[in-house]
Amino acid sequence: MHRTSVRDRNEIDTQTLEINFGPQHPSTHGVFRMHVVLDGETIVSLKPVFGYLHRNHEQIAENITYLASMPYTDRLDYLNAMTNNFGYALAVEKLASIEVPERAQYLRVIMAELTRLVNHMALIGFLLNDLGAFFTPVLYAFREREKILDLFEEISGSRMMCNYFRFGGVKRDVSDGQLAEIQKLVEAFPRFLDEFEALLAKNEILCMRCQNVGVLSPALAVNASLTGPVLRASGVSYDLRKVDRYSLYDRFDFRIPLGAKGDTYDRYYVRVLEMHESVKILRQALRGLPAGDTMNKKMLPFLKAPRNFKPPVGDAYGRIESPKGELGYYVVSDGSPQPWRYHVRAPSLINVTVLEDLCVGHKIADAIIILGSIDIVLGEVDR
Amino acid sequence: MNLTKNISSVCDRLKGELMKEGVFLTTLTQLYNWGRRSSVWPLQFGLACCAIEMIAAACARFDIARFGSELFRASPRQADLMIISGTVTKKMAPAVVRLYNQMPEPKYLITMGACAIAGGPFIDGYNVLRGIDRYLPVDVHLPGCPPRPEALLYGLMELQKKIDSQTIEGAEWYRKGLKREFPVPELGPYGLVPKYNPEVWQPRAQDSRKQKYGLPILTGKKDKAPELETAPAA
Amino acid sequence: MPLLAEEVKSRIETAEPGIAMKVFRNSILLEKPEDLLRAAAFLKSAPDFRMDYLASVTAVDYLKYLESVYHLYSIEKKTGPVVLRVRVPRKDPRIPSLVGLYRGAELQERENYDLFGIVYEGHPDLRRLFLWETFEGHPLRKDYVQEDSEVLEAADIEWLDRHGISSPKEVRQHALELRKQGKRAVAEKDGKEGA
Repeated sequence: MHRTSVRDRNEIDTQTLEINFGPQHPSTHGVFRMHVVLDGETIVSLKPVFGYLHRNHEQIAENITYLASMPYTDRLDYLNAMTNNFGYALAVEKLASIEVPERAQYLRVIMAELTRLVNHMALIGFLLNDLGAFFTPVLYAFREREKILDLFEEISGSRMMCNYFRFGGVKRDVSDGQLAEIQKLVEAFPRFLDEFEALLAKNEILCMRCQNVGVLSPALAVNASLTGPVLRASGVSYDLRKVDRYSLYDRFDFRIPLGAKGDTYDRYYVRVLEMHESVKILRQALRGLPAGDTMNKKMLPFLKAPRNFKPPVGDAYGRIESPKGELGYYVVSDGSPQPWRYHVRAPSLINVTVLEDLCVGHKIADAIIILGSIDIVLGEVDR
Repeated sequence: MNLTKNISSVCDRLKGELMKEGVFLTTLTQLYNWGRRSSVWPLQFGLACCAIEMIAAACARFDIARFGSELFRASPRQADLMIISGTVTKKMAPAVVRLYNQMPEPKYLITMGACAIAGGPFIDGYNVLRGIDRYLPVDVHLPGCPPRPEALLYGLMELQKKIDSQTIEGAEWYRKGLKREFPVPELGPYGLVPKYNPEVWQPRAQDSRKQKYGLPILTGKKDKAPELETAPAA
Repeated sequence: MPLLAEEVKSRIETAEPGIAMKVFRNSILLEKPEDLLRAAAFLKSAPDFRMDYLASVTAVDYLKYLESVYHLYSIEKKTGPVVLRVRVPRKDPRIPSLVGLYRGAELQERENYDLFGIVYEGHPDLRRLFLWETFEGHPLRKDYVQEDSEVLEAADIEWLDRHGISSPKEVRQHALELRKQGKRAVAEKDGKEGA
């Protein structure tokens, strides 16, 4: 590891330079701002500044009905609307003890895994964009993403903000024709992945820029509550799909890819491998999809009249493995149609905790790819 | 120097006839606008969800390059068009106004999505600005949450129509004494100071939203907290 | 694999005597906030708990008091959660910070400080996370009063005058009247339920 400290080689006296990254910057993935102190091009300190997209999701959710918060969750992490819905539905179902029919469970898993593909593809595109491969990888990634979004639009009615999950099921059933479309997409996907991988995985520039950059030790990763691919890239096996076995994930056979070093390259490669596993889950889910209801019969009246839905007094914490990490919802009910408290445990925000540790000692250009490999979405960071 | 106003014109039919014979007639204004319209460079500036649709519009499927706007510039000094793609929060608003001020004339502004137009679904938030038109003049409003990439292309075409309608003589950026630099609001103790710029925007006399839906902010209206200890266990 | 709060409670009692606790809804309420550090340190280091992962720190305003809720899990043993609750008065709320034990609490405690005003003692960098430093009040508390963003106040008029921007007469007068009465323009609230 070439993490030389600037302080050690003080032959030349250099002045530190304070610069301000963002909130308008092409590679901060939104309105993220960093306050960086540089010695030459080496980072001495880096302080993230949050709140430029603080949209008061939690305050608004406390003023509206439970179901009305569902479309707001879409806009948390706007790349993965389906998994955001999933977490929230799970939390409220726990709060009010609602059963979900099996077909709906299967559909949820299918949607969540498709979303994982969308997210990881977009991430890889943007990461390479940050590396300097301007826009070409994004073009490839978005080409495949559009195919999945078309499916989402057909099934849920919207490309990005799907609003597909309901407490006790999903909004709409999927027809056989749509299932065949998903099947076709899933079968064709590994070919695209292999093509993408052939272009990138052994690419010399990618390897040189990413390997041994931003190494994250497993101890720090656990201590700083990191989750998702960032944690697993450091070699810690913790995937809520295996640990909590929520929904139907105990029925599917899949593995958890782990990184060896915890550098930026591992964080990139773990995601590529995760996409392969998602394809595996999708195949099994499509094969096993049973016939039946997509909504719990008891919950049907609340779709038309969400104000009548009053969970019993209590609190619940529901969490899922979103593509970015542990997405948790803490909901407190006071027995009225609006929640008393609604909190989102956002993986993007908490994963940024270690940004300074990863960046100090590296060059300024590395900070951008380290940030890119942590994979944040500002809607979720600031909420 | 006194210039006579250019009022000479050739009717379109004659122009068409001449074009068949290989004679191409145009006016300076048309030529000028054709050039400007075909190379509107947007500022690479994504705020929230709509930014993803903006990127999608720049990608292969929707291909904003067909309209000459594929060159997203990271610096406001090189940009002609600002697409406000997403929620403008109160913390972000001063930066947005400053960026707009830094763009060279002639400059245009598209608000993409409901949030940028009026706060959208987040209108009741304590940190959400209810529309960027409170501080900046907007050329094209683009509703949707988020608008599809096609909608962005349509918005761009509308903007091109607007550019076509402008003339060199009437162009406001050549006029003397015109205020095109907008004061940057400050962060105050409860929100932005001022809450809006009355020269750009003023509230409507009748708030139809209040009349239709009542006041949606309920915080503080509930006076009984739930007691979790005594609640039956789930 | 969920853990039973009663069991955890009795284990903490034997290892760290003197911590007053109460169990409800499968969670442990620590009666005194200063016990939090001891309880968390025990749960983190005890070989059969190894709660090494602090998933979520959040706060709730219960009108009479503020509550901070901690969800602890174990990555090593794949168990959890152990839910800890701490209650503090609304006036001058202080809770010991967990950042020394769990770095993951850093941003979440800052968030609670920003939105609820809970001071986490011992936090290395306790600043507002989302809002700016000159912001007044803590917006997720139930008694927070939001500004009315349609009505200009005297401060706005002064600012506009300084920048040479004209404002309509009625607006100007209304703002001065508000100042005379010592009122702020705030968003009205009514008892009606939201959408």
